[in-house]
Amino acid sequence: MSQSYTRTAIALHWVIALGMLIAIALGFYMTNLSLSPFKLKLFSWHKWLGVTIFLLASLRLVWRLTHPAPALPDTMDNWEKQIAHAVHVALYVLMFSIPLSGWLMSSAAGFPVVFLGLIPLPDLLAKNKELAAMLKQVHFLLNMSLLALVGLHVGAALKHHFVLKDNVMAQMLPWLGRGKSK
Amino acid sequence: MKIWQQSLLACSLIGVSLSTQAVTFNKVLLEQSQLSFVSKQMNVPVEGKFKEFSAKLNFDPAKVEAASAELNIVLSSIDAGSNEANDEVKSKGWFNVQAFPTAKFVAKSVKSLGSDRFEVAGEMSIKGKTNPVTAPFTLKITGKTGVLEGSFPLKRLQFNIGEGAWSDTDTVADEVQIRFKLVVSE
Ligand code: HEM
Repeated sequence: MSQSYTRTAIALHWVIALGMLIAIALGFYMTNLSLSPFKLKLFSWHKWLGVTIFLLASLRLVWRLTHPAPALPDTMDNWEKQIAHAVHVALYVLMFSIPLSGWLMSSAAGFPVVFLGLIPLPDLLAKNKELAAMLKQVHFLLNMSLLALVGLHVGAALKHHFVLKDNVMAQMLPWLGRGKSK
Repeated sequence: MKIWQQSLLACSLIGVSLSTQAVTFNKVLLEQSQLSFVSKQMNVPVEGKFKEFSAKLNFDPAKVEAASAELNIVLSSIDAGSNEANDEVKSKGWFNVQAFPTAKFVAKSVKSLGSDRFEVAGEMSIKGKTNPVTAPFTLKITGKTGVLEGSFPLKRLQFNIGEGAWSDTDTVADEVQIRFKLVVSE
């Protein structure tokens, strides 16, 4: 096991985290607007951002599988390590399933996705309004799960840093200066 | 002339006379006919259709000069792809269906482009504005019915369809592709 994350892993972690945060804010904001050209623009930007996150998540998964993460400290109980690991796996699943459900919903609603307004993605489903409504619920619920898990994930990281005072959070934030010291 | 050449000539003459046999299509089978369109929103092709329209037609493919056609489209029957869009496009800035409930197309001339291909030129009236449009179409005949199918680009802003903020063509393109499929019979 390596001592810290690679720079690539750290960059992907933060870029995807920021991207998902913006996608969530955009998602909630845009759905409450009444129809306007601005709303159509936001919907497209949301989809493009989501597809970008999907691509980055693919890269990240490949990177993760080829570059092992640093081991969790031995001060942690086994069950704590297992929960941390399970949350990480679930977060990976959501990085893929959220954009995928969005793409499926868009297809089912009869709106093909044209990435960046340039690259038409294939329609995964034929137009079907009931299915689109159901997938909208799925997209929403997956996002709710994401928010809950991110809460847990961030809470745990902060506990490591401020309560346990180990280097777990600093491994993802090397400029905190506790990266390799412990 | 050799015998085989003669028979070939005879065959082709029969063929010509068969294909030019007078069929005048003057009924439109609305149940089987379709009027749809594809608009581009943020470069995304979105399909829609008009569920209700009526059509008058008199078309003999061998005598295109005498052709006449008129199409009346009930604008409130629009399906623009989503409920939200349906409400929007009926409003004042779009079709203003309260004040202008129907759109009308009147054919002015039809010309033959060879074999089963034709082109119609006519006038489109929407929302109080009339503009010329031309559309190529094909006519496929089986027995006594024919399928007349074509498409043409319509510039929505020529008819003030989508005013104000919606006149921004970066979001909704000016050109809307109109597709028609009319099943016609004698
Ligand atoms: C990581 C990526 C993504 C995140 C975090 C995300 C998040 C969200 C959130 C929080 C909402 C609001 C949910 C609601 O109020 O119902 C939303 C709505 C939406 N998302 Fe995403 N999304 C992502 C990717 C995508 C992708 C890739 C697409 C399509 C290609 C997409 C299409 C949509 C659509 C169409 C809506 C609006 C649903 C509606 O009101 O009809 N999303 N998204």
